[in-house]
Amino acid sequence: MDHAVQLLLLTLAAGTPLVYAALGELVTEKSGVLNLGVEGMMLVGAVVAFIVAATTKSPWLGVAAGMLAGAALALVFAVVTLTLQANQVASGLALSLFGVGLSAFVGLEYVSVVIEPIKPLAIPGTPDLPVIGTLLFGHSPLVYLSLVLFAAIQWFLFRTRAGLVVRAVGESPQSAHAIGYPVVRIRYLAVLFGGACAGVGGAYLSLVYNPSWVEGMTAGRGWIALALVVFATWKPWRVLAGAYLFGGVTLAQFQAQALGVEISAQYLSMLPYVATIVVLAVISRDAATIRLNAPASLGKPFHPDG
Amino acid sequence: MRIRLVARPEPSRLAKWGSPLVATAAVLAIGFALFSAMGRDPWHALYVFFVEPVDTLYDVGELLLKASPIMLCAIGLAVGYRANVWNIGAEGQLVMGAIFGGGVALAFHGAESPLVLPAMLFAGVAGGMLWAAIPAFLRTRFNANEILVSLMLVYVATLVLSLLVHDAWRDPEGFNFPQSKLFTQSALLPILVQETRLNVGILLALVAVGAGWLFLRRSLVGFQMRVAGLAPAAATYAGISSSRTVWLGMLIGGACAGAAGVGEVAGPVGQLLPVVSPGYGFAAIIVAFVGRLHPVGILFASLLMSLLYLGGEAAQMKLALPSSVTGLFQGTLLLFLLAADVFIHYRLSIVRAPAPAARAA
Repeated sequence: MDHAVQLLLLTLAAGTPLVYAALGELVTEKSGVLNLGVEGMMLVGAVVAFIVAATTKSPWLGVAAGMLAGAALALVFAVVTLTLQANQVASGLALSLFGVGLSAFVGLEYVSVVIEPIKPLAIPGTPDLPVIGTLLFGHSPLVYLSLVLFAAIQWFLFRTRAGLVVRAVGESPQSAHAIGYPVVRIRYLAVLFGGACAGVGGAYLSLVYNPSWVEGMTAGRGWIALALVVFATWKPWRVLAGAYLFGGVTLAQFQAQALGVEISAQYLSMLPYVATIVVLAVISRDAATIRLNAPASLGKPFHPDG
Repeated sequence: MRIRLVARPEPSRLAKWGSPLVATAAVLAIGFALFSAMGRDPWHALYVFFVEPVDTLYDVGELLLKASPIMLCAIGLAVGYRANVWNIGAEGQLVMGAIFGGGVALAFHGAESPLVLPAMLFAGVAGGMLWAAIPAFLRTRFNANEILVSLMLVYVATLVLSLLVHDAWRDPEGFNFPQSKLFTQSALLPILVQETRLNVGILLALVAVGAGWLFLRRSLVGFQMRVAGLAPAAATYAGISSSRTVWLGMLIGGACAGAAGVGEVAGPVGQLLPVVSPGYGFAAIIVAFVGRLHPVGILFASLLMSLLYLGGEAAQMKLALPSSVTGLFQGTLLLFLLAADVFIHYRLSIVRAPAPAARAA
């Protein structure tokens, strides 16, 4: 029982960076913009959060800085694709490559620095409850925030007028423009929001999940987050489910070691990537469902003058 | 008065070939600012970064040596990108090429036959194609996004290589280091210019660039692929098979990257190590764009990219700057290029009075 509880806790912890990154990208894509730079934004968020937390000794300032850094990188992407009309696929790739280089560069002197991690919430009196107590109250505050974020996005996109406008912009920017909505400004905001979320996801990695800075520490999570959005057919609750599923897969390595299974670490490290490929193929096989659920203008540039 | 972007009636050729130069100048400017901010003499730092790495014959050899795998990968990618086939996993295909080619080298370890090298090249090309065939198959059969699949396979390929050099292919006399035996003479590419490390791999890369030009400009299939990229609907009406386009784009990219992988292990690396490439497959993506997906452009862009690698090493040794500045410059180069590309299709126009129609946006 203890083992199962432990596993569940770890799964939530491992899935959380994916929840942040994928939910942010979901909002970006709902507005019709495909930002492939998630990996770069996560890395820069992770390194900036770590540096700020290490110098100010305040992990929460670190999270805020990571969020701003992710948004700043997203702003670069927005300027290049939305104002300067560059190809979104190429620009997203560029942003990822840039983020990898930038984070390695600024983080070099912080590689072996130790910081005070963000502690799990301590609500007085609660941890006495055996299983439920640990499951409900044993997490980092950022885990709870990710669930709040999920609920907020679900509500915003499908229950508010502004959310409807964002979706309309993603479906048909021409119509939204004709009615008088500022398509480019809305897309800017959606891209910035996605960047901020990816930044927090990165900050979670370097401040909570594995409190340290290691070059390339996201290990492809940004790309997995992109795949999750497709996997989820652009539905927030499926993003959440998928993130925890993949979080669980990344744990296989530690679990196998704990259970004493004789298998090379490399095979287990491959699992998340292979699982992503398989899941992507299975979900995408039904082309009609993808076409129906994907924002119709996803990845297509829009210029107000036509 | 405000500045607006106005669509040009025709794409500007000047802007198309000018923007790589603008992007390069921007990288130099960023480098100048960065080096100043870090308290170095910026002129001296730029000299160390961009000039000193190529001031002797040996150094020019190094420049061409590093440019070869980048050039090979980039020309293969460019063929795919022309057809809107987004293979971003050249790094993984390069690693697979290194594994297949290196496997042949180890299987015939010590053999004197002149056939070892051609066999390695053949195996490496096959390995790269095999790795590229996975995203091609999943895209054509299951509609899976080739960007994500090809990228995921980079991680898998790296782990396969790590598995092999840690275990099955580890050198028993290698003091337990994760590395294979050193390749013997027959499995190493001959040196092209004495007193340098430059090997015949550069010739292979140049042949590939020439072949790429012939394929894209002079062959029917190449023409069809360009049509598929420029006007997918027209291509469908003309009966050009989109799955053939995907397969060709992927396989050509994989073949070139696989050959580049063999070039590395049979060249400067000389054995299998956990890491056989400092990201040449990713650098090639940048090179393909900076070179305007054109073989001649790619030739020059890969030299620039190679110089960025050498400059990073020199900056680390002589200025105590982190070599990761290379990655920063690479990313900056591509971002500035894409930004400057706006002038291919648009021009700036200064609007004095508000336009009559509602321009609230």
